[in-house]
Amino acid sequence: MKLPVYMDSHSTTPVDPRALEAMLPYFAEKFGNAASRNHSFGWEAEQAVESARAQIARLIHADPKEIVFTSGATESDNLALKGVVEMYREKGDHLITAVTEHRAVLDTARRLEKQGIQVTYLPVGEDGRVDPDAVREAITERTILISIMLANNEIGTINPAAEIGRIAKERGVLFHCDATQGVGKIPVDVEAMGIDLMSFTSHKMYGPKGVGALYVRKKNPRVRLAPLFDGGGHERGMRSGTLPVPLIVGFGKACEIAGAVMTEESARLARFRDKMLHTIMETLGEVYLNGHPTERLPHNLNLSFAYVEGESLLMGMKEIALSSGSACTSASLEPSYVLKAMGRGADLAHSSIRFGLGRFNTEEEVDYVIGRVIETVRRLREMSPLYEMAREGIDLKTVNWKVD
Amino acid sequence: MAYSEKVIDHYNNPRNMGSLDKSDPQVGTGIVGAPECGDVMKLQIKVGPDGVIEDAKFKTFGCGSAIASSSLATEWLKGKNVEEARQIKNTDIVEELCLPPVKIHCSVLAEDAIKAALSDYQKKHQESETAQAVEAKA
Ligand SMILES: Cc1ncc(COP(=O)(O)O)c(C=O)c1O
Repeated sequence: MKLPVYMDSHSTTPVDPRALEAMLPYFAEKFGNAASRNHSFGWEAEQAVESARAQIARLIHADPKEIVFTSGATESDNLALKGVVEMYREKGDHLITAVTEHRAVLDTARRLEKQGIQVTYLPVGEDGRVDPDAVREAITERTILISIMLANNEIGTINPAAEIGRIAKERGVLFHCDATQGVGKIPVDVEAMGIDLMSFTSHKMYGPKGVGALYVRKKNPRVRLAPLFDGGGHERGMRSGTLPVPLIVGFGKACEIAGAVMTEESARLARFRDKMLHTIMETLGEVYLNGHPTERLPHNLNLSFAYVEGESLLMGMKEIALSSGSACTSASLEPSYVLKAMGRGADLAHSSIRFGLGRFNTEEEVDYVIGRVIETVRRLREMSPLYEMAREGIDLKTVNWKVD
Repeated sequence: MAYSEKVIDHYNNPRNMGSLDKSDPQVGTGIVGAPECGDVMKLQIKVGPDGVIEDAKFKTFGCGSAIASSSLATEWLKGKNVEEARQIKNTDIVEELCLPPVKIHCSVLAEDAIKAALSDYQKKHQESETAQAVEAKA
């Protein structure tokens, strides 16, 4: 086993060697501009782009013409929200989203608020799920878009997207879904789920960084979007700019591979995940699972370790790449807003660790991580005044903490 | 976040980690911070009859820099008398551990913990002196 161990797949993933191989000819040898209509260099590039578009569309049960290439999910989210608001402004001025969305959605919504758009930020339950009934109740005459993510990037909770899609259809409101963490990991079907716009990105599914897509429904209804930037009118006028052909080829190949291996891969990673969950919980005690117990991504595990602060835990396991909801690991000095929104006390948010399993993790690595987590939590609990107080029978909730 | 070598050293080899008997009249205990804020430090000192701190212990819930700040504080406290101990400033800790700006609050917390432990000791000490005086009179 090689160190360091990478277990942070929600952050990014390595390029699958098969995707990399598919990309390589398109850097120097087949370098044409897919928009060049007058020579074979352009035709070759265009063909590569169209075949990738088909691979991507197949994975999500869309038509290839409904795929708009972007630089990644951040851009897709911006394009979906800003593009819809600009295009449908005369129809209404109200958006519905949720407090646990990625910042690419939340910060875009905030900017739109400054421009006079009304935004409803729905709360989530303690399992991190959005309640479809709450979506239904939030819809008004002025609502033009519902933006709810498929699966959360921190806690892995999967939202009832199909139900939300059905409600959106009933009420004639567009439904955008940020499916960045779900595409390639769990089955996604834009038809069955009633999705009108969907953001996703290549680098979270073993494709290269720098490319993503926005699915834009072409019929029932035909969704129109104002572009974010003006230019040559590529991508049906929704996203100008010369297409990054090698990246798109890699993204396409990554989607094809994901479709082929998904069933086997998700079962394997879920087994690793459950092994980690059960062994760690049973051995240590006072470990809490964050997110939904069953409606969650197969490769996500998010745990809070009582009495231990997350960043110090990561520091003790430097040879393992993980992420924490602790304030100390973010620039903002605030613990994870996702965990807080679920009603996890701030203390448990500070104590959280996210494990993101991936295609290339081995069982040996999983066992190694389990062992290191147990060892490090034990060491830090011995060092923790909270653990000592709890063992003396003090209820930490009743302590009058001196805070200035 | 990249840590300084000194922070890593204190985190890996904490000095004086543990607890002293908080009911001992010679022991002063300071507990500062709150779990919701992600940092709680417990710092204890044991003062000898000559007024010199002969032992110091800490336990910390917090990030690596918080652990290092409290570990360093116990190292510095030992051998100082109560007055000298009061002079320890958070900026000295920042400098010694090369803490970046976002971690300055860890050093502030360590200074608060020192002050709290010293006050606790002095309060107890005065009480026990008064008690002794009362006993002597009787
Ligand atoms: C849910 C979600 N949306 C959007 C993004 C942004 O993706 P990208 O890095 O491709 O811009 C991420 C990745 O961090 C994500 O997890």
